[in-house]
Amino acid sequence: MKYTLSVLVENQPGVLSKVSGLFSRRGFNIDSLAVGVTENPTISRITIVVNGDEYMVEQVEKQLNKVIPVIKVKVLQPEQFISCELSLIKVSCNTKQRAEIMKISELMHAPIVDVATTSLTLQFTDSGERTQTLISLLTPYGLKEIVRTGTLAIEKGATTTRKQST
Amino acid sequence: MVECLKNEHVEIAFGYPGAAICPFLDYLYRSSIRHVLVRSEQNAAHEASGYARASGRPGVCIATSGPGATNLITGIATAYMDSIPMIVITGQVNSELLGRDVFQEADMTGACEPFTKHSYLIKDAAELPRVFKEAFHIATTGRPGPVLIDVPVDIQTSEIEEFIYPQKANIIGYKPRTYGHPMQIKKAIAAISEAVRPIICCGGGVVLAGARDELVAFAQNSGIPVVSTMMGIGVVPMDSDLYLGMIGMHGHPNANHAMGDADLIILCGARVGDRAVSSPEQMAQKAKIIHIDIDPAEIGKNITVHIPIVGDIRLVLQDFAEHVTNTVPAEWIETVLHHKANYKPNGVADNSSGFVEPRSFMRSLSAMMDENAILAADVGQNQIWAVRNFNVKEGRFLTSGGLGTMGYALPAAIGAKLAKPNRQVVCICGDGSFQMSMCELGTLCQNEVNIKIILMQNDRLGMVKEIQDKIYGCRYAMTTLSGNPDFVKIAEAYGIRSVLATSNLEAEQYAREMFASDQAFILVCRIHPDTPTI
Repeated sequence: MKYTLSVLVENQPGVLSKVSGLFSRRGFNIDSLAVGVTENPTISRITIVVNGDEYMVEQVEKQLNKVIPVIKVKVLQPEQFISCELSLIKVSCNTKQRAEIMKISELMHAPIVDVATTSLTLQFTDSGERTQTLISLLTPYGLKEIVRTGTLAIEKGATTTRKQST
Repeated sequence: MVECLKNEHVEIAFGYPGAAICPFLDYLYRSSIRHVLVRSEQNAAHEASGYARASGRPGVCIATSGPGATNLITGIATAYMDSIPMIVITGQVNSELLGRDVFQEADMTGACEPFTKHSYLIKDAAELPRVFKEAFHIATTGRPGPVLIDVPVDIQTSEIEEFIYPQKANIIGYKPRTYGHPMQIKKAIAAISEAVRPIICCGGGVVLAGARDELVAFAQNSGIPVVSTMMGIGVVPMDSDLYLGMIGMHGHPNANHAMGDADLIILCGARVGDRAVSSPEQMAQKAKIIHIDIDPAEIGKNITVHIPIVGDIRLVLQDFAEHVTNTVPAEWIETVLHHKANYKPNGVADNSSGFVEPRSFMRSLSAMMDENAILAADVGQNQIWAVRNFNVKEGRFLTSGGLGTMGYALPAAIGAKLAKPNRQVVCICGDGSFQMSMCELGTLCQNEVNIKIILMQNDRLGMVKEIQDKIYGCRYAMTTLSGNPDFVKIAEAYGIRSVLATSNLEAEQYAREMFASDQAFILVCRIHPDTPTI
């Protein structure tokens, strides 16, 4: 099963290696990992998707909490959060195919962000599942390159994963 | 940096110099802090570890960049596995040259990631007071452990505007829980009062928390018998009524039986390591498990826990004390004490054999030692002979339990003696482990450290040989130490009094001389290579 964790860390050098090293060291499987600064510039958020069982996710949570610059770890409850990822997909395309791909782009709400004589680049923001659908639709044309950010997640409603004010 | 150490009341540091740490050592040399020059960096870490364990204060070790620093790593990992508070200070190449693979550059913060509780690579000298304050705070609170401070050589010589040592460390993500949750404590008390066959399993966490008195009081007031892990040895005196022995692969059979028969196991600062409990899940099916640990990650890691309590074992046991009464059925106590009485330790001395019988000699040695003596045992057969046959009373028992690092005992004993100069410190080694840190005899002589070394010489790597006896058809691959020197002569070359004993009678006689002497002493015991571990 897949679990999504929202991890707040101090924004300082070496934190990412501390966190990612822990995963390989303890044999946890990372599906995706995305990092970015939060509303507070001294704090970053790492969104991690792990594949495993309940025991593993509990261990991940506890071991992450032991990393000193980790401020907070929250395992997001299924159905209780919105998640998406950004993908940039470069697909081969000759003049004849261009119109077809543009249709797919419209249908999937994946704007074309770069055009060249033999290729098109689409930008797509949605769930991992929908991204897979788009990729399947584009595969027949020849995928040249795919760049994905990994999953980002935020809780539904007014709930937040933030540092508790002290 | 020296001022920071002074502010932390550091009195002694163990280290080895090199170009990248020279500026700091130059200031340290002119300070009141004593620096003990080791003979190899790994031993600096082990000595700091022995010092920390004997004194209850963080040990400090120092090395230069590159090989000096990497040599420390085994010592750091050893301390990490046994949760020993330690501050590791390493020199680093000039900060402007970092990452260019210059002479003696090694990525220490990267290399030590898995073995340190936290690490710092200093980029600005102004950070130093805050970093030192944080490092000491992190190393000594919660579950203790080693913290690395890697300081580029140019930072060591740079000046800061004003030195203000912070009063408090303020780390937003680090607030170790100390008091157990009242609800969980209530549940535990209820479970204890309902239990028919309860047992306390005492681990190294009790020692680290300084909760010895609390644990003994808890056992006495509740009437619950106690077993210990190897790291928990010495918390409850071995001859006390309710103490049953050490559990685990090499433990006392009666202690293992008691754990297996129990219907309630109270794990106190014990992480249920694989050598202590071989099939934890089986145990959790038969018994209710209460697990008290300061590190939440240890709870539920190796065994299913019914009542978890995160907190400082000393404070949790104090909370227990207010509510616990003796409700243990007499039948259970009779059973465990009956098994304890039936346990007969192995090993009988034969004075005509030409060898010292180590297990019985350990028992004689134990009887000769001071009540508060500190015993350091290495890793291998010597360690098991020691743990199964020594009666640790008011003293301490030091060994590398988690990592099982050979060569630990001699430097750890030196560190312990420097922490407690008035206590008797005895070091037990095998001829394999002794040779891994034999160079420390130089440190011992230079600092006039009066420790007593018992060297068990069987010209074998005995514990591995025993595995080969049982599993590998007696093919003794790489376990014969035929190139062994005359250890007595080695000791004499250092000016250390040393004798060879070839019978228990002789060994006991020499041991009396050894304890009467106020100098370091090496007692070499010739051991038959086929003497078993158990």
